[in-house]
Amino acid sequence: MVRKNLGKIKGFSIQFLPYSEIRGLTSAQRIKKILDIVLANNILLIQGRLEADEESRLIEDTMAMIKHLKNFKGIELAVIGGNDKEGIFGKMRTGLVKAIAGGDLGAVTIVGPATIVKEIKRNPKKIELLLKK
Amino acid sequence: MVAKALKNFFKRIFSNLFSQKRELKLGFYGPPNAGKTSLANRICKDFTGEEIGNVSKIPHETRAVQFKEKVEISYKGKTMTFKIVDTPGIATKIDYEDFLKYKLKKGEAKTRAKEATQGVVESIKWLDDMDVVVVVLDATQNPYNQVNITIIGNLVARKIPVLIVANKIDMKKANIKKVEAAFPEYDVVGISAKYGKNLEEFYESVFKLAKRV
Repeated sequence: MVRKNLGKIKGFSIQFLPYSEIRGLTSAQRIKKILDIVLANNILLIQGRLEADEESRLIEDTMAMIKHLKNFKGIELAVIGGNDKEGIFGKMRTGLVKAIAGGDLGAVTIVGPATIVKEIKRNPKKIELLLKK
Repeated sequence: MVAKALKNFFKRIFSNLFSQKRELKLGFYGPPNAGKTSLANRICKDFTGEEIGNVSKIPHETRAVQFKEKVEISYKGKTMTFKIVDTPGIATKIDYEDFLKYKLKKGEAKTRAKEATQGVVESIKWLDDMDVVVVVLDATQNPYNQVNITIIGNLVARKIPVLIVANKIDMKKANIKKVEAAFPEYDVVGISAKYGKNLEEFYESVFKLAKRV
């Protein structure tokens, strides 16, 4: 029912998804959950980040949705923080945290519908969320 | 993921054992309008006399994977044989209305958008088949784009050697240092595919990369 309203936006909400809510899900289930939230015109903040193959699967599924849903134009996606450029001790520490918690919890993933989010500008030290008028 | 990595590992071992001079699959990946086809055309034209595909200012001109086999690239007396694979640009959003700005008719724009979504899926599927990948970025754009990071992350996960090309260095706005700062762990070569600028360094980097396969 919510999907029929895509493209006729009067407002939006920001939803936070703690990692504990997706930890036990398979990749397919995680992506479905993310896309369901985004399709309901929510900007989603996810604690942690997806694996590389999950990110590409998210893009693939988004493309399939654009093809099949009339007013869906896709998503804007960005990951901030995390442990991309850390040294060897940092990597060991992250590995330990990942083993205990199950994911890179230092990162935040932002996913928003392209009908609402025009652009997510990411620079090393800041992130700007530009919304559509 | 583990199964895929093992498959690739064994594939490489066996092809090295039984084929001394095999054809390496050299993929061109990146966001739309970065100049993947322009660069692939430049290489194919230089070494085969034929281009691989059309280029356009309108994004998503390449909407299906196109390739040219047995391209023998010669550099400083050495020759390597490649299968050049030019892929559609990867994006997270495609809106047919964006194409209307380029004066396409509504019907054409909708068809282009539909084909472009399919092209993105096809590009991602081909990732598994690549031996070496050149990620082509537009040096005038912000390199901290999640699509760029996702492509490189997937290549690293698959253990596929990556070279980053910062294209369009002939343009005033081009900032190769920004690209280098965004991806400090990778070789970044600044080129202009349109004018054939700095291709020598590009070929040298491709040969270096191909030796790692």
